[in-house]
Amino acid sequence: MQFDPFVIPFNIGLYFILIYSVVRSVIWFRDLSRPDKLRLQRGFFGTAFVQSLKEIFLESLIHRKILKTNFKLGYMHMSLAFGWFLLILFGTIEADIFGTKHLNAPYKAIFFRFFNPEHGGMGFEAVYGFFMDLILAFILSGLFLAVSKRFYSKVVGMRKTTRLKATDKIALISLWLIFPSRLLAESFTSGAHGNGSFLTGSLGSWLATFLPAQQMAYPFWWLYSLSLGTFFILLPITRYMHIPTELFLIFMRNSGIKTGDKSGTYSEVETHSCSSCGICIDACQLNFSVGITNIQSAYLMKAIRNNDDVSDIAHNCLMCGRCDLKCPVGIELSPIRMIQRRAGEPENDFRNIYKGYFRSRQSVALEKTNGSSAYDFLPENNPKKADVLFFAGCMTHLTPTIKNSMIKILEASGVNYNFIDEQGGVCCGRPLMLAGQDKEARELINYNSRMIWKSGAHTLVTSCPICYKVFKESYYLDVEVLHHTQFIKRMIDEGSIKMNFLHKKVVYHTPCDLGRGSGVYDEPKDVLKHVSRLEKSKFEDENSLCCGGSLGNMKISNQQKSKIARDAAAELTKGNPDILATACPLCKKTFSAVTETRVADISEIVAEAMMQPSVKKYILKQVNSIKELANI
Amino acid sequence: MSKQVIVIGGGVAGLEAAGQLSKAGIEVSLIEKENKTGGHLNDWYKLFPDRRNSSEVKEYLDGITHHDGIKLLTNTTIEKFNSNKSHFSIITNEGKELTADAVVVATGFDLFKSARKEEYGYGIYDNVITSTDLEEMFRKGKIVLSNGNVPKTIGIVHCVGSRDEKVGNLYCSKLCCVTAVKQAIELREHLPESKVFCFYMDMRMGGAFYEELYREAQEKWGVNFIRGKVSEAGEAIDNKLIIKVEDTLAGRPLKMEVDLLVLMAGMEMSEGGKKISKMCGLNTGENRFFAVADHHYGSNRSNIKGVFYAGTCTAPMNITETISHARAAVSEVMDYLKNVRK
Repeated sequence: MQFDPFVIPFNIGLYFILIYSVVRSVIWFRDLSRPDKLRLQRGFFGTAFVQSLKEIFLESLIHRKILKTNFKLGYMHMSLAFGWFLLILFGTIEADIFGTKHLNAPYKAIFFRFFNPEHGGMGFEAVYGFFMDLILAFILSGLFLAVSKRFYSKVVGMRKTTRLKATDKIALISLWLIFPSRLLAESFTSGAHGNGSFLTGSLGSWLATFLPAQQMAYPFWWLYSLSLGTFFILLPITRYMHIPTELFLIFMRNSGIKTGDKSGTYSEVETHSCSSCGICIDACQLNFSVGITNIQSAYLMKAIRNNDDVSDIAHNCLMCGRCDLKCPVGIELSPIRMIQRRAGEPENDFRNIYKGYFRSRQSVALEKTNGSSAYDFLPENNPKKADVLFFAGCMTHLTPTIKNSMIKILEASGVNYNFIDEQGGVCCGRPLMLAGQDKEARELINYNSRMIWKSGAHTLVTSCPICYKVFKESYYLDVEVLHHTQFIKRMIDEGSIKMNFLHKKVVYHTPCDLGRGSGVYDEPKDVLKHVSRLEKSKFEDENSLCCGGSLGNMKISNQQKSKIARDAAAELTKGNPDILATACPLCKKTFSAVTETRVADISEIVAEAMMQPSVKKYILKQVNSIKELANI
Repeated sequence: MSKQVIVIGGGVAGLEAAGQLSKAGIEVSLIEKENKTGGHLNDWYKLFPDRRNSSEVKEYLDGITHHDGIKLLTNTTIEKFNSNKSHFSIITNEGKELTADAVVVATGFDLFKSARKEEYGYGIYDNVITSTDLEEMFRKGKIVLSNGNVPKTIGIVHCVGSRDEKVGNLYCSKLCCVTAVKQAIELREHLPESKVFCFYMDMRMGGAFYEELYREAQEKWGVNFIRGKVSEAGEAIDNKLIIKVEDTLAGRPLKMEVDLLVLMAGMEMSEGGKKISKMCGLNTGENRFFAVADHHYGSNRSNIKGVFYAGTCTAPMNITETISHARAAVSEVMDYLKNVRK
């Protein structure tokens, strides 16, 4: 039997990680909710499985998304992941074909050359050896980039790279040592036996000219085995856990599982799938505008994995969602952050056990609430019946030009509407949600829902994207919720409002909650194209910036918010537009304070462009009044 | 040959400095960007705390600046500033070159532009006015709403653009509280039937006779003081204004209808001052006013030798303080001119 003591560290590591993976998978599966278990089962026998295999190949091995964002960084990830995969795959095949027998123990494939030093001299063996060297060279080129990135992150085109904890560093060093030690071990062995291909062969024969190759090979085979073993054993408690976990993530996501608002298996799998690639750090305005570089999603994921106190990190975020859309792994970063903001709740409290190899939910008894409402003082509201409701929201009340423009537009459109919070209303609930106070938010939601039901309306128009998002996502209403830009677009399409073309150069800022938050990108731009010369900016649609006025961050100072706002406004007004248009009262307020350019909400621009209300409206009014008189 | 000094700004500080310098035998060039001197004094009708007519102070200032040694240049701005050790030269917008041995910067303040607080509706609702608009009404002796009616309920908002992190002004403008008290009394005098409500964060009655005036406003004139900052103003159908405010003493939110809302706009570094600070390389502080060399004993000195500050271009001040500060600047200038080596 082919055996040598140096393979023991590798074997221990390998079998440890295999057993660990099985145990962890079972725990994860057990913790899934019943519907999610069913989803996973259905996914396993359905198309989701095939899709996942494809995605695993494209994303986990090739790293297509990172390649698209940043070629060098993508190449680094690809060469390590795909290269290693190829090395294992073809190594196993090599051992199977050329080994003494078929179906070998894994170590025989990994240390093939040690056990078959005479192999690879001629013919097909040599071609195969050339191919194996090529793969090794491919990995080493990526490793070279990885090492350079650690010392100088700009090498791979990044402004910042992630910082590491001690175990991460040990794992990192062992990972770095794996391939160079394999190279040297194979080279010395080849050098001693006068074979090997272009890489191991030439390096080996050159080394053999001044070193005793036969004696040097053995320590490197030990080093190779040791670094592999160390890496495997540390893997579950370091960021390299993302390598196996991402496979689960892809499969779960394709089966239709979502993060939701409680922590559980899926959010844990997501947290462990983060490779700390650092793309979220580069995307974050807190980084490039105010130089805060310790709260980005990669750090949040790491802190959750380490079970550190994350409340400072979790709350120091604009919740703009820029990182969500840039994450190459597709982790739902903002929902996970929201879970952490609600971390006081027992169902979201986890702690690490067994040195961090496993996690357990804190067994804290649910606090009994006395059931009394925090908002008992709110008066009952009985709105008048209408088809369309207009909910301005707090922020629109603080920017009365938007409010007045919307009244003008609604009047002109001829719809039967009711301005439900004209005399001041109740908050939509989102600021409380962003602060992690869901129960209080729910009370406000219930209050507003009752009012909306009573009005009998079929459409609800909001001026504020913050309200819009929460009405759409967290209210259970059977009314159609529209942002006013969508409403205006519809009125234009129907011909209900007529406008003059304003000969003005306009640049549009997509508000976070309207764009990335709710997926409304086109309607605002369509409306603007209808009335003005809409110019493009560098930060369009998904790539739009946060204005800095976010309600989501209560950790940074007003000066820092203002810096973010100034930088964003400067970017947007580079082409010297006449108007910086937005569709959010908060963005408007924030930008107005920091730029000389006129800042206006789309509704203001539309109201400005509107012609005198057409005759139609007066006729309609008269018809209505006749109807009323006749009691129809 | 007598020494020459350029005074930039023909408001209270500039006039006082020019007057005192000429008295001491200095040749003064007084530069004013408007067509007449007096600055903000021209916008005010009566002054706190004794409610004397502002024209009396103006008369005094005109009196001391009516001097052969003062060359007054109105409608003049500065285009270029050169300094060569102890020698300064200025090129005006008309291309004229002025030279001097020292410069006194008295560029004063600008009132906070109230439209920046959009939630108060200045420029959007007709019956939202600022403290200066109200002074204009007092001068005309006619306090009416946009529709010509007489207001019955009047709200006064303190701290508009002062002590407000959101507009970037952390400092207190010092004078708006007492202006509000003075204007509240005047409103009650003019309109005995009216009710006046002042919404304040803190009452800062730090000057001589301010506290007495505050007491008089409450006891004699029945002005209501409500502690709490107005959050927003809206307009009802009948042109009345609805304001929302939290009464922080009673601890409850308050919604109230008023006919007229008066905003006590705070003081900010003037636009002209900002321009000059850039042109001359004069340092400004975090509050954007000119940064003085020493807060205790050098509040007239700048970071450039031979350039001195007078008045509200360094911080909010009332007229009394402004005049004292201008006189102190003159004393610094004289001291400097005596010791400077040519």
